[in-house]
Amino acid sequence: MRAWLRRNPIVRELVRSRIAQVSAVITLVYVILAVFGPQLAPYDPTAMLTLPRQGPSAEHWFGTDEIGRDIFSRMLVSARVAMTVGFVAVGIGLVVGGVLGVVAGFFQGWIDSVIMRAVDVLLAFPGILLALAVITFLGPGLVNTMIAIGIGGIPGYARLARGEVLSLIERDHVVAARSLGARNLRLMWKHLFPLLVSSLLVYSTAALARAILAEAGLSYLGLGVQPPEPSWGGMISSGQRFFLTAPFMAIYPGTAIMMLVFALNLLGDVLRDALNPALRRSGS
Amino acid sequence: MLVFVVKRLIELLPVLFGVLLVTFAVTRFTPGDPAVLLAGEDADQALIEATRERLGLDRALPTQFVFYVGNALQGDLGRSYSRNVPVTELIGRALVPTAKLAAIAMAITIFIGIPLGVISAVRPDGPLDLAARVVALIGVSVPNFFFGLLLILLFSLQLGLLPSFGTGSWRHLILPGVTLGTFSVGLIARLTRASMLDVLSQDYVRTARAKGLSGMTVVYKHGLRNAAIAIVTILGLNLGSLLSGSVLTEVVFAYPGIGRLVVDAIFDRDYALVQGAILVIALIYVLVNLLVDMLYAVVDPRIRVT
Repeated sequence: MRAWLRRNPIVRELVRSRIAQVSAVITLVYVILAVFGPQLAPYDPTAMLTLPRQGPSAEHWFGTDEIGRDIFSRMLVSARVAMTVGFVAVGIGLVVGGVLGVVAGFFQGWIDSVIMRAVDVLLAFPGILLALAVITFLGPGLVNTMIAIGIGGIPGYARLARGEVLSLIERDHVVAARSLGARNLRLMWKHLFPLLVSSLLVYSTAALARAILAEAGLSYLGLGVQPPEPSWGGMISSGQRFFLTAPFMAIYPGTAIMMLVFALNLLGDVLRDALNPALRRSGS
Repeated sequence: MLVFVVKRLIELLPVLFGVLLVTFAVTRFTPGDPAVLLAGEDADQALIEATRERLGLDRALPTQFVFYVGNALQGDLGRSYSRNVPVTELIGRALVPTAKLAAIAMAITIFIGIPLGVISAVRPDGPLDLAARVVALIGVSVPNFFFGLLLILLFSLQLGLLPSFGTGSWRHLILPGVTLGTFSVGLIARLTRASMLDVLSQDYVRTARAKGLSGMTVVYKHGLRNAAIAIVTILGLNLGSLLSGSVLTEVVFAYPGIGRLVVDAIFDRDYALVQGAILVIALIYVLVNLLVDMLYAVVDPRIRVT
């Protein structure tokens, strides 16, 4: 196990690179806030406590919102919402897209064609539009937001996994296992999947960043997480109405999203370079 | 070349079929009866039945789908439930404003994003590279609706220079155009840098440097020209992020484009309009990518073979 850790390029990069450490620590802080946020919150995030739209003060660090709720507490709870949606959505894309991609790359032929054409159909709806189409079916809400964003992540994972499998399938250990009579399922699970883990993991860092942006966008539109459940996107939306007199209402949650997404993208970049020594040499 | 075009068109057919199927499902499997929605909540039973018959909703689903495809091919996407005008009319009116925004955003992407990536690639890991990379990374990390709000705060509310919503003059286009372009600028800068670094590490670039050509000549003539193919493709794909980004940008700036039309239609439960608008956006996206593919084949003959 220790030898594996030492050889793993992702672990090595985390030990070596200062940028990787900083972005990993920021991400970790958000994860901790997501887990313990509701316990750490000084006030009930849905309780109307005091006067509306009060600026930051000793009692209310980030001020209060349009009906006198504590913005700091609401942001802590929103961290859990954003992270939950992000991780579940990425999980859906990873599992469904990953399996489809491995199967397509492994069997090739008509199975590959059918799967990849279906993936192309999903790709024809750019970005948030696929999520909007799904929300039209399912209606808004926390769970449906996860599903909608998750479906949007499927094509990327499918293409990545398929490409990797196509490049791995002729490797000696796979050919050897096949000639020893290993069954297809065993070949995919034991001999191909472990080699995909690193690149799927790195891709997931950037995918998590995109999913969190998408959740914020949908909630801003009023089609994602629904009030009274707090969400960063929803808080920005209600802050926009009082932007002249109380800009902090939108600026705090907006900055929270930006810092998290920035850290995730940075982490994704550094780890991707670590996995790809050829790019590293050229300085990318 | 003709063979290539025909082959690509044939490959496109299943995708178009799938897109039609998905958008068809939008009106048929959503809660609520389209006939009731179109006839109005308080219409009597006879009117609802008549509407149902007129829409063909009393037929089997596969038959309905055939009608849907047939009508769509003739440019008929049905009537909007909430506004009682043809869906195509509403989409047509919204497309022009969105196209204007997308054009501005695309121009910003090309004139800021590509140079940013080139500057980065000239001296990797130098101070200019680090600065350009941070700018690009912020571009892809800031939620564009939040960035739009910050621009409104600075340029409309504080400085009073530009209008914060609506349409009318070219000044109305600046803030939403910049907002829409931000993500693409970051994306294109990052991809330009990667493809430039790739090209600049090739042997012929080393040869060009070795024979004493100046740094800039090498970067532009040998580097950027060869990286151009990758960049052009990405600009085509980038239209996707512009179409998708227009949804949030148009809502922030209360701008009457197709993105806001989709969101309004979802809130109004106007499924015919949602269906039509999403179908049109997907078609534009697919067709532009087909054009980019062809352009690509014209520029680089190697692609036609494979």
